[in-house]
Amino acid sequence: MFQGSDKNRKIIDKAGKVYAFICGALLIIITVTIFYFISVKGLSTFLIDKKSIKEFLFTTLWKPDRENSLGGPAIGSLQFILGSVFVSVFAIIISAPIGISSAIFMVEIAQKIGRKLLQPAIEIFVGIPSVVYGWIGLTVLVPFISKHFGGLGFSLLAGILVLTIMILPTITSVSADTIKALPWEIREASYALGATRWQTIRRVILPAATPGILTAIVLGLARAFGEALAVQMVIGNRPVLPLSFLQPMSTITSVITMDMANTVAGSVWNDALWSLALLLLLISLGFIIILKLVGRRRIY
Amino acid sequence: MLKSRTMKLFLAIMMLVSVFAFAACGSKSSNQSNTTTPTDKNNSTQNISGSATAVGSTALQPLAEQAAKLFKQKYPNATINVQGGGSGTGLTQVSQGAADIGDSDIFAEEKAGIDAKALVDHKVAVVGFAVVVNKDVPVDNLTQDQLVKIFTGKITNWKDVGGQDQKIVVVNRPASSGTRATFKKVVLKGQDEVQGVALTEDSSGTVKKTVANTKGAISYLALSYVDDTVKALKYDGVEPTADNITSGKYPIWSYEHMYTKGEPTGVVKAFLDFMMSDEVQNGPAKKLGFININDMKVK
Repeated sequence: MFQGSDKNRKIIDKAGKVYAFICGALLIIITVTIFYFISVKGLSTFLIDKKSIKEFLFTTLWKPDRENSLGGPAIGSLQFILGSVFVSVFAIIISAPIGISSAIFMVEIAQKIGRKLLQPAIEIFVGIPSVVYGWIGLTVLVPFISKHFGGLGFSLLAGILVLTIMILPTITSVSADTIKALPWEIREASYALGATRWQTIRRVILPAATPGILTAIVLGLARAFGEALAVQMVIGNRPVLPLSFLQPMSTITSVITMDMANTVAGSVWNDALWSLALLLLLISLGFIIILKLVGRRRIY
Repeated sequence: MLKSRTMKLFLAIMMLVSVFAFAACGSKSSNQSNTTTPTDKNNSTQNISGSATAVGSTALQPLAEQAAKLFKQKYPNATINVQGGGSGTGLTQVSQGAADIGDSDIFAEEKAGIDAKALVDHKVAVVGFAVVVNKDVPVDNLTQDQLVKIFTGKITNWKDVGGQDQKIVVVNRPASSGTRATFKKVVLKGQDEVQGVALTEDSSGTVKKTVANTKGAISYLALSYVDDTVKALKYDGVEPTADNITSGKYPIWSYEHMYTKGEPTGVVKAFLDFMMSDEVQNGPAKKLGFININDMKVK
């Protein structure tokens, strides 16, 4: 096609390079813009509305629509922050062992079943939209909890269980990829020393895969922290501290999604929601940094 | 050397891209201002053309969308873009001039931070609300006083209002929601609900599901959402029906508003007139559970 036209090929080469550069630059611009936008909006609570960061982070009175005559807006968000932390940490505590075990089963123990059954099943999980998880939670899980554990059903527990299922595919597939990527020689070496399969998994595979598995866990945690819709539907959205597994409570994301659309831009209420969004962004940024640090320690 | 060259190229591209972005923004906004002014000089209603955007209330969105579709059939050269986003977004966008019409569930005056004086209110439909309870609750009627006590946390058991010995579970809408604002204004007369006791659910669909699933639950829903999975109560002995609302016997209802910044002209005005026509009011509005605004005998 390009016979004898070295010049043509060079032009196409150049065009490709330029195109790739533009795409990369665009990505950087978008990221920077989003950061800038959320920071400006989120910081105006403190810079323009003169609210204290201490009140925002460490108190629990959330009345952003309170009249000035009654003491003005109160934006204490500790209960939402703790709610988000609890719901995602407990979801990780349940789903990490299940996910890692499934990954080991898939790769090390029953490759055929893993490839033909488990992996497709997990991939289906990824494709289900979160509103469906929320709706199933609302229809099945909430009445179940209310009937067998007491309370209203709308609870921290319901949020944890819905999230557990939602982050399971992330943890499983990332762990499985890590284990799969380990060089075959280390298994052979272990078996050559007379180790059993269990010993090999326990003493060789798992330690070698640790950085990747930690990456999987952090990824799962980040996803759990940012998930909004499904959690909002089953958690009850009561602005209180999460003191019991069976009590309704709120998370950062559930507060943002519930009120953001109906508040007026520039009001203290709206600004406070942006501050929550900024906090969420900073926390995910923290997760990404941890991810990078953990990933760097990779042995193989 | 190479590095600095790539760096330069990179910077140049960044600059180019941002110039393009600005140019795109500029041309877009100038486009918009062109299209909102009518292009027909003789102002005959048959020749309405141009486009306008309506943003805001998700409660009004389905009606606005269907009306826009009918409008397009009538005036093929006119386009109304309808978007959701919530009442707050609608009011903000129309105040800033970013949208031509701001859809809202509540009066602009009631929304803090909005300069209501710059906006013109067009009431386009009426929504009725019913107090709904779980089907297991034997109570059929609640007075305003009883509702105030329930929602402010003074009554917490159904036996105090004629039901069986069962805890009342209050299901609220988010504090910013227009439905809740209406309920608070009409029924609670502005009194504050107790904090941290009620469940809060975001959408009418979720509220209905929650009330249907939760024993002893009470909430409020737009009439269009009420079906046989929940039980609608009489309010002070009056049933929540369209007739009782238009005749003024049943007070829990609110207007749906379409705000414009200043008096509407051209395609926006034509669309707002069209919203008030029987074609919309007795057509999609009625079908979606809104009440014909021209039937209202009370204000």
